[in-house]
Amino acid sequence: MLIQGWGRFPRIDAEVLEPQTVSALTNTLASVPEVAQIARGAGRSYGDSALAGQVISSRYLDNFHSLDEEQGILRCGAGLTFEQLLEVCIPRGWFPPVVPGTKFVTIGGAIAADIHGKNHHRDGSFCDFVESFTLALANGELKQCSQSENAQLFRGVCGGMGLLGIVLDVTLRLNKVSSVFLKTQSIPTSNLNKTIAALEQHNDERFVVAWLDCLAQGESLGRGVVHVGDYDDSDRLTVHKRWGPGVPFSTPALLLNRHSMRLFNSLYYKLNSGSNSNESYEEFFFPLDSIRHWNRLYGRKGFLQYQFVLPDASAQEGISSVLQRVASAGKGSFLAVLKKFGAQNSNLLSFPTAGMTLTLDFKNETSLFPLLDELDAIVIDHGGRHYLAKDARLSESVFKAGYPQWQEFKSIKEQVDPDERFASLQSQRIGLTGGKGKHSS
Amino acid sequence: MNVLIIGSTSAIATATARLYAQRHCKLFLIARDASRLEAQAKDLSTRGAAAVGSHCLDLLDHEQHVVAIEAARDFLESIDIALICHGSLPEQEHVEQDFEAAREALDVNGLSVVSLLTGLSQLMKQQGNGTLAVVTSVAGDRGRQPNYVYGAAKAMVSTYLQGMRGKLLPHGVHVVDIRPGLVDSPMTAKLEKGALWSTPELVADKIVRAIDAKRHTVYAPSYWRVIMAIVCSIPEVIFKRLKF
Repeated sequence: MLIQGWGRFPRIDAEVLEPQTVSALTNTLASVPEVAQIARGAGRSYGDSALAGQVISSRYLDNFHSLDEEQGILRCGAGLTFEQLLEVCIPRGWFPPVVPGTKFVTIGGAIAADIHGKNHHRDGSFCDFVESFTLALANGELKQCSQSENAQLFRGVCGGMGLLGIVLDVTLRLNKVSSVFLKTQSIPTSNLNKTIAALEQHNDERFVVAWLDCLAQGESLGRGVVHVGDYDDSDRLTVHKRWGPGVPFSTPALLLNRHSMRLFNSLYYKLNSGSNSNESYEEFFFPLDSIRHWNRLYGRKGFLQYQFVLPDASAQEGISSVLQRVASAGKGSFLAVLKKFGAQNSNLLSFPTAGMTLTLDFKNETSLFPLLDELDAIVIDHGGRHYLAKDARLSESVFKAGYPQWQEFKSIKEQVDPDERFASLQSQRIGLTGGKGKHSS
Repeated sequence: MNVLIIGSTSAIATATARLYAQRHCKLFLIARDASRLEAQAKDLSTRGAAAVGSHCLDLLDHEQHVVAIEAARDFLESIDIALICHGSLPEQEHVEQDFEAAREALDVNGLSVVSLLTGLSQLMKQQGNGTLAVVTSVAGDRGRQPNYVYGAAKAMVSTYLQGMRGKLLPHGVHVVDIRPGLVDSPMTAKLEKGALWSTPELVADKIVRAIDAKRHTVYAPSYWRVIMAIVCSIPEVIFKRLKF
């Protein structure tokens, strides 16, 4: 079966297993396939993190086990999506402390990528709220992991891209909320300095993120709109069901060209300037979820998302160089998002580190790859690193330069999976696992 | 509302049960695997079900059907909706050559359903209300080469439901026949998927709406009604040469 990530590049012909129970899953592990295996949730990582010759889907491991309504402690299967979690938890006044930009990801995937949200600067990343989980190792053994039990393994699995084992059950701490509507403020900024200054200035607010017009050049390079939000006190705990339009098939990639992007970016800048408003959690956290299959807008060849973080000291200079390089190459991105991260946690491969993170996306075309290589060099020169959940092309040296703790991760890998059964196209490319020959396709 | 779900751990039943749990219904589950039933009961309780009971049963054991239905009645008191969801897709080549295998396939997908309907229809007649909903298949609309044993069992159930619908009408009992098309579930794990494939969640949504609206025969998704109308209109001279 042909599978792909959300970016629809690359694709691989893989065997997809969908065990219905934990025991079926451990039985699966009892037979050793000739190809590499990797756990897969909703397939929402963008590149090749969840692609391998054999993928083990958490699709049917999506049961709720319990919800302690006094303490806000949720136990559930790793295949549960945020969408389902929210439907059950919101009416009871509980909300995940960290949510990604789409509600269609699974809890297992959120742990594998140690995802972050618009509140990272204040609250940290998703795994900071994971109390514990059960992990299936390559040999089928089940291990309970938390900050205190098998702590080293816990720090490896959180952000470890599924390479150490398969997360089965998760115990999660939720936040008490009295409303799931947010009062928001949009602040237009006229250049990169001002955008970064606005992000710094609002660093005490709960949710802060900036959209950048990445086609603006010269004086207005890095202009954008900073969105700030917090829960309001309207006592509305309603699950928002919004059925927007879908994209039924791949549209010709020509639709996304310099002119349409320039138009979109200018319009966005004008329409979002200086307004205060009230938005539902769906509109605020998951704006793109209302357009089902928006990834098809990039045409049959798909797209690549490019996200990196730079330390505060070099952020302005580095981001400015990246934006200039992108603008001069004329490869605009519909969505350019800038956000300030808070302190790094102790997980070995978690992406967020203190500084500024920028996300860009690009239509997949041959001429893109040399440009991204150039951007990699800028990022590494400025002491940054890339987000693996978005990546489909990073080189081994660039990865290792960005993640100095990779060796420590690898030594855990050698202990729990010495035969490297769990590997993805990504882990083989960036040198976290060897055995490139294991994948025939 | 009190809902009985038979074959509750199947993918379509799981998705349907979750929708009823969200509506805070009282649920009773019948399935074969005890540990999966236990996990499902916890899941549905957390999702909002008012109460969840369950009974472990091998549906091929017809004699135990009465006991299971009694257990459901004891727990739910009155049964507003009974949904029969179980089934299994046999390997056509195998059941063509081995009658015992064919008999088992016909039993799982056909006879066991008739046995359950016999008990449930009497119960609902006594109640003087209720809805019997059965998941059949588009495979029952016309016998086709790749799955006619499965199709024959489903056709039997659909025909049975048609007749029973009229018989139960004066007793205030409604009968719904749900015919899913191709659904991506554990039952079809081995088949190649294409554009016409649907998900258990979409079918579940259709089931709940069909029961709410007291529909008679629904196709899930709806486009299967058109596809099957075309399939059924192909002259036999041509149809017998088609391998799909």
